[in-house]
Amino acid sequence: MAMAIRVYLLFLLFLSSAILSFSLYEDQVGLMDWHQRYIGKVKHAVFHTQKTGRKRVIVSTEENVVASLDLRLGEIFWRHVLGTKDVIDGVDIALGKYVITLSSEGSNLRAWNLPDGQMVWETSLHSAQHSKSLLSVPTNLKVDKDYPILVFGGGYLHAVSAVDGEVLWKKDFTAEGFEVQRVLQPPGSSIIYVLGFLDSSEAVVYQIDSKSGEVVAQKSMVFPGGFSGEISSVSTDKVVALDAMRSILVTISFLDGDISFQKTHIADLVEESGKAEILSPLLSDMVAVKVNKRTIFVRVGGEGKLEVVDSLSDETAMSDSLPVADDQVAFATVHHEGSKLHLMVKLVDDLDTVLLRESIQMDQNRGRVHKVFINNYIKTDRSNGFRALIVMEDHSLLLLQQGAIVWSREEGLASVTDVTTAELPVEKDGVSVAKVEHTLLDWLKGHVLKLKGTLLLATPEDVAAIQEMRFKSSGKNKLTRDHNGFRKLIIALTKAGKLFALHTGDGRIVWSMLLNSPSKSEACGRPNGISLYQWQVPHHHAMDENPSVLVVGRCGSDSSAPGLLSFVDVYTGKEISSSDIGHSVVQVMPLPFTDSTEQRLHLIADTHGHVHLYPKTSEALSIFQREFQNVYWYTVEADNGIIRGHAMKSSCSGETADEYCFTTRELWTVVFPSESEKIISTLTRKPNEVVHTQAKVNSDQDLLYKYVSRNLLFVATVSPKGAGEIGSVTPEESALVVYLIDTITGRILHRLSHQGCQGPVHAVFSENWVVYHYFNLRAHKYEFTVVEIYDQSRAENKNVWKLVLGKHNLTAPISSYSRTEVLTKSQSYFFAQSVKTIAVTSTAKGITSKQLLIGTIGDQILALDKRFVDPRRTLNPSQAEKEEGIIPLTDSLPIIPQSYITHSLRVEGLRGIITAPAKLESTTHVFAYGVDLFYTRLAPSKTYDSLTEDFSYALLLITIVALVAAIYITWVLSEKKELSEKWR
Amino acid sequence: MDKGKAVMGTGRRWAVDFSDQSTVPSSRDILDPPGFSRASPEQDDSANSRQKKDAEANWKLQKAWEVAQSPFKNLMMMGFMMWMAGNTVHLFSIGITFSALWQPLSALQSVGKIFEPFKDNKVELLMPKLVFLALNLGGLALGIWKLNTLGLLPTHASDWVSSLAPPQEVEHSGGGFAFH
Repeated sequence: MAMAIRVYLLFLLFLSSAILSFSLYEDQVGLMDWHQRYIGKVKHAVFHTQKTGRKRVIVSTEENVVASLDLRLGEIFWRHVLGTKDVIDGVDIALGKYVITLSSEGSNLRAWNLPDGQMVWETSLHSAQHSKSLLSVPTNLKVDKDYPILVFGGGYLHAVSAVDGEVLWKKDFTAEGFEVQRVLQPPGSSIIYVLGFLDSSEAVVYQIDSKSGEVVAQKSMVFPGGFSGEISSVSTDKVVALDAMRSILVTISFLDGDISFQKTHIADLVEESGKAEILSPLLSDMVAVKVNKRTIFVRVGGEGKLEVVDSLSDETAMSDSLPVADDQVAFATVHHEGSKLHLMVKLVDDLDTVLLRESIQMDQNRGRVHKVFINNYIKTDRSNGFRALIVMEDHSLLLLQQGAIVWSREEGLASVTDVTTAELPVEKDGVSVAKVEHTLLDWLKGHVLKLKGTLLLATPEDVAAIQEMRFKSSGKNKLTRDHNGFRKLIIALTKAGKLFALHTGDGRIVWSMLLNSPSKSEACGRPNGISLYQWQVPHHHAMDENPSVLVVGRCGSDSSAPGLLSFVDVYTGKEISSSDIGHSVVQVMPLPFTDSTEQRLHLIADTHGHVHLYPKTSEALSIFQREFQNVYWYTVEADNGIIRGHAMKSSCSGETADEYCFTTRELWTVVFPSESEKIISTLTRKPNEVVHTQAKVNSDQDLLYKYVSRNLLFVATVSPKGAGEIGSVTPEESALVVYLIDTITGRILHRLSHQGCQGPVHAVFSENWVVYHYFNLRAHKYEFTVVEIYDQSRAENKNVWKLVLGKHNLTAPISSYSRTEVLTKSQSYFFAQSVKTIAVTSTAKGITSKQLLIGTIGDQILALDKRFVDPRRTLNPSQAEKEEGIIPLTDSLPIIPQSYITHSLRVEGLRGIITAPAKLESTTHVFAYGVDLFYTRLAPSKTYDSLTEDFSYALLLITIVALVAAIYITWVLSEKKELSEKWR
Repeated sequence: MDKGKAVMGTGRRWAVDFSDQSTVPSSRDILDPPGFSRASPEQDDSANSRQKKDAEANWKLQKAWEVAQSPFKNLMMMGFMMWMAGNTVHLFSIGITFSALWQPLSALQSVGKIFEPFKDNKVELLMPKLVFLALNLGGLALGIWKLNTLGLLPTHASDWVSSLAPPQEVEHSGGGFAFH
């Protein structure tokens, strides 16, 4: 047996060493992989529909994307993902041909060409302090005259030429306590008004000449009540602000430089008073104020007189006002009524005139409307038509026109926070496979085509036919489980609290579910999902149960807010049950035990140091009681630099009558010296990782026993000075220290210090090794270090006869308290790229060799064989070592262009990579998420256990047929010859 | 056939030959019926045939020894081939090694058959058989030795633990950073 495995492994090794890199042919792109492009939740939208050409909408999003979308289909014309720190503050169109974006708190101003998205110019603006950033692009249709773009940010007002981005002038507003609130320019006027509050109590208006930037006049006036900072401009010479008590609306008019206040108590406007809030939409001569869960519209009269004109429920979303024909201004409101969505477009001057009233059936799983943007167009009968772009609670983007949803984009998928995978249902008897497969003739025809392709005889038409056939082939999009485990569901939880199930075949959404859909009770205000766990994975004896996932959420953003558990059926996407658990959620710990229905036991820790057992059944309790002494948990306090280990103590019956609640006691603490070390990263092995063997065999038959433990924690610390940006410290000041800590006993198994190195540390932990990436300040290069950990106390188990007779304790359960002697080996290599995330492939049995999946700074994923990060690499490996597959040591890790698994694509804004095993041992699923989604299947050692999809069955068949025919013919011939011999 | 031809030549249409041919075994066409032994009439042959028999026994013994020593040649050739094949695992060396193992095994299995032609109550076949066995075992040993040098014998500890799953752990732990 062992011999057979050896032969097999050697054979494998030969196969794998023959081809160093994984790559695919051009025509294989899109066969196993898919890529989806998203933009994120839309913050601003600017329509561009004037010209007769392509109608488009320019959007900027919370994922820092600026994109141009096709208004007809919702497709992306172009898109730019700015960095994670480059938050977009404003977007507008200038000169009718440039998209202007202001980002990074008003310090980056960029112009993009409207049709193709090429950057035209970029200007870095000087900023001295944190402040509001305001972008004001003159809405002048006369293209020939260059009105400057006004940008306020970082304490400075800049006038920037729209043509080339040149800063025409800048004005310093960095005075102490002065906060600029509005920059206004009446159309056609050469005077710019800058309104700000000095110490939140004095309104100051500067009049600035738009040509030179000189201050023409300055007026100020003290408002005794003080301002809250909320402000809404109603016209070019009037703003409405809220006082510090949030009970008085102050109209500030500064016509011709004279400031005047007009106070109106909110109590005078509405009966029930409360804290007021000015809402953001820009409405001319009107301001929207939220009081007591109602939205009131207040018209600002000519003399600053306020008057309530309408009041709506606070769940109504409003758009900014939009000029329509004949000097009229309209705005849209959207509100829900059951499953219907009502869109109304009204005139600002006359709220009773409803220009448009539409109601649209809306999916409950999209939640409420968050934002509305409207645009008008002239219908053929000269009347006004409106289209509305709405952003829903689940971040999806929809275009409504003429009472229908023209298109929708699931932008929630741009902010995936947690991912898990699930199996599809088993194929039932009723569903016939034969219906999907073709007839024998088609099948044969297809294979003949493929054969032609292999023999390079195919014409271009044939190649196209082959491509098409491949795309349709093998029912890869079916909603049932397949033999190889290639078809699976990817369950993704998004920031908006929506759960998506994606099919691995083509990435389509099988189902989606909003955690806080409006149909549910209001017990838990606005739950946000935190993390996702596999709750029930039925196999063996619970086969008829549907698998389910557990979504752990929290009813608020505070860490002490009560938690929420939601159990979702994976097959149907329906919530089985959800419960407010009545305690906070700090950590979730899946236990390695399941009950009789394959529900996994989970422990949830709260802020009081208690842990709660789920599911709350007596069976789970009895299972847990059995293992009570062996369950531990640890907490990492990054701010204090402390790691604490806890053990279960007793049932917390003294405080509550909850028998599923347990108290803990502190066992150990690891305290890092705060003056020299700061925790920046911790990592454990994936709990569901399968390790095939505990032995590591070297070329000279030497044995090492891997120290494979789930209770190992990798901790990386840096000097507090070096916690900042790369290059902010000198090599002498910074050091990186990594630890391997046993989380049961708190024992430090290994400590490794890198002088002159700095984070951020990206690490991956698998089997008995950790690979981490950091920056070496001395060498000015990124580095990878591998640490492998071996169990030295098992090394004596080398007597063959004892092993043959099974007289060894290698499979006996081990305890962390046995204080194993460990041996570590490590090696470092330079790496040319900065890294965003690292993952490792995982396979069903753990036999297949591993690949590191490195998410590079260019948002691509590089597959690197684990053999490159093997501490046994030497400069001149011996013949035996070479045979074993040890690569000669080089100072840096190679980046082979063919081993980018994303080939030519980019997973913009890459944040994480998830791997999951397929049933076929050689293959692993890889799912990467960021703003984009990418999925592919990988075979790190090639598909040694199956024939590839392009395997030419026809060739095999023809060969067999030909052989049989040849055998028959020669047999007949030989018979004849023998007969004639006999007659001779 | 010869007779038939002669008969045809003389123009006869058919003939029956009544002469008893049972004592002339060399000229018979038809096999003896099962169980019929022709040896009994020969037993009481003349005394001078004893000498002839001794010579035959000697000859058989000589032949048996030849057969018994034949694996030696084979052994030498195998050794040469193995030396040529080298110590790395590939198709050629594996083929050689397995044939080196197979040949002695099959020879050992059919040792009775091989020495059957020389079976004689006068001939002492034990020694040749033993030599034959010893040489073949030698060949087998050579094959196994080759197998070992190729590293295909489970003689190392690594061969017995290479698929040993990691041990279960008694304690379980979890935790990490608090959710925020």
